[in-house]
Amino acid sequence: MTDNPHDDNPRRRDFLYIATGVVGAAGVCAGAWPFISALGPDAETIANGAPVDVNLEPIAEGQIAKVLWRGRLVFIRHRTAEEIQKAKDLPVSAQLDPQEDSLRVKEGHEEWLVVFGNCTHLGCVLLGHEGQHGGWSCPCHGSEFDTSGRVTRGPAPSNLPVPDYVFLDGGTSIRIGVSSPDQTV
Amino acid sequence: MQDFSDKWVPTNRVIKWIEDRLPILGLIYSSFIAFRVPRNINYWWTFGAVLLVMLVIQIITGLFLAMGYVPGTATAFDSVVHIDRNVNYGELIRSMHANGASFFFIAAYFHILRGMYYGSYKAPREILWIVGVIMYFIMMGTAFLGYSIVWGQMSAAAATVITSVFKAVPLVGETLYEYAMGGYAVGNPTVIRFYALHFLLPFILVGFTIIHVWALHVVANNNPAGVEIRTRRDTLPFWPYMILKDLVMVGIVLFIYAFVVFFLPRALGHAINYIPADLTVSPDHIAPEWYFGPFFTILRAIDNTMVGIIAMFGAVGILVFMPWLDRSPVKSARYRPVYRFFFLTWVFSALVLGWLATKSTDGSGVFAWIAHIVSGSPVDEGCYKLLAQLATAWYFAFFFPILPIVSLLEKPKPVPASIAEDAVAHLPKVKTPPQAPIVQSQQD
Ligand code: HEM
Ligand code: FES
Repeated sequence: MTDNPHDDNPRRRDFLYIATGVVGAAGVCAGAWPFISALGPDAETIANGAPVDVNLEPIAEGQIAKVLWRGRLVFIRHRTAEEIQKAKDLPVSAQLDPQEDSLRVKEGHEEWLVVFGNCTHLGCVLLGHEGQHGGWSCPCHGSEFDTSGRVTRGPAPSNLPVPDYVFLDGGTSIRIGVSSPDQTV
Repeated sequence: MQDFSDKWVPTNRVIKWIEDRLPILGLIYSSFIAFRVPRNINYWWTFGAVLLVMLVIQIITGLFLAMGYVPGTATAFDSVVHIDRNVNYGELIRSMHANGASFFFIAAYFHILRGMYYGSYKAPREILWIVGVIMYFIMMGTAFLGYSIVWGQMSAAAATVITSVFKAVPLVGETLYEYAMGGYAVGNPTVIRFYALHFLLPFILVGFTIIHVWALHVVANNNPAGVEIRTRRDTLPFWPYMILKDLVMVGIVLFIYAFVVFFLPRALGHAINYIPADLTVSPDHIAPEWYFGPFFTILRAIDNTMVGIIAMFGAVGILVFMPWLDRSPVKSARYRPVYRFFFLTWVFSALVLGWLATKSTDGSGVFAWIAHIVSGSPVDEGCYKLLAQLATAWYFAFFFPILPIVSLLEKPKPVPASIAEDAVAHLPKVKTPPQAPIVQSQQD
């Protein structure tokens, strides 16, 4: 544009071209925003994703309860003394993603293990009380997890994540989705 | 390319009036009637037409399914069963659509293998080839979405496994996943948007088909000899020669398709998809539809999730680079015995990968084989895993480094001087000495 012989004020032209382009680009971004945002979780999904309270009393020792929180499967495992001991004794060499059992449970509540229930490989639902260490095994590609939800056999790359949760009512129930008892939402 | 086709001159005044304003009839005439194809192309060149027919069948049957289908986790499965049981001929239409996808893929595989065998990806057809690869990706996406929206047990498993790809993306994975799913996991919003996309993508495919045919009509068809058109004598007009040949194959494929639709409607599917989806249990054994078999095995053969995902998509994506990986000036594998040998081993590796998708492949492969050989333990999951890894390695090794090396070192056999010469050389052998005109009658 600057070599246009009829253009006696090239710098002013350049400015106008660029300014117009910038306004146009900003408009396109602003126009795209509602559509991108509409793809995200909607208000109903977010509301349904509020924390859930689970009563622990009906879950007998040795049982694994399944609950859904935010559409994601959560296992609540009432571990036996033997299972807790096994988790504590598991050598680091048997772990693919080493982590202490004590970091995966709440202090004073070692009998309760709360973990997400989908395999960390590609998301299949795990089968309880299976595998070499009696934790979980994956029906899809054979990954195994111990009684602390730590991966002991691939292809799963990482341990089962522990959701945020707190104990309520002196330990007879838990609230999944909050990291402290007085947190709202 | 030089254009050898006949021009269309409308004589009717009304048609001429239209033609002067919008030359659409002339476009149709020059594209599908007068268009010249190499006179030696064989039945491998008819699968493009089969693909077109299958796309139309999918769109029509899909439209009718859409009139009964209600997306959403609470309604999807029931509405599919409702189509099967209550809609007049609903079971037939659904069988046509579900099996139609299979035949769509069969045609696509033949079409792609044809291109690889006869070197149709080489100059000047690189863009035509790449557009084809894009279409194949869209087809795979469409079929995956369609399978997911039935919302049976296997649908849910497929949706969970494939969408975990988003989570594997570094840094933004979690957000990307939530925006793709419309929630924190595969759920109601996911099924609804999958349906919207399943409806849309086939029409995008129609758009790409037009681009594909446009690119084809710029560079013309390749042919079994792999030499380019030089004179009009190398060609025949599309109508009637190619159209009728296409219709023969369309007829054969539709015959087999109809047989499957009527008598084996569920043979290609998994019974477990007749159980409504339940996200708190997984099927004991997860396997995709047969046409995704090789890619599913590649995903499982590699223990590192991210590498597995890249390899799965790369298995198709690598086709894009074929025109540049293959350095040989000769196109057709007919004159490239070494390339042909390796190509056939590659096809074999893909078949093995597809077969392994029906097997469990767990554990440590090498040890399983040692146990099998030393102590006669049965061929188990571990053995299959090693096979899967070897077949995956061979699948990729064909493209690199085998393809560049072979294409540089191989000494091809002499190629025919022209398409016409090749066509005449391949005329059927006649027992009684032929009368001279046979050759001439081939001149269109
Ligand atoms: C490229 C073309 C298409 C392919 C490859 C394809 C593939 C599929 C597949 C594999 C299924 C699952 C079948 C089953 O197990 O029941 C499916 C379902 C479905 N498709 Fe398509 N489809 C295509 C085009 C369309 C179009 C254009 C529409 C709408 C106009 C459509 C609407 C549906 C509906 C409503 C279902 C769910 C009902 C059912 O499962 O039968 N499809 N599709
Ligand atoms: S999904 Fe569990 S091992 Fe692959």
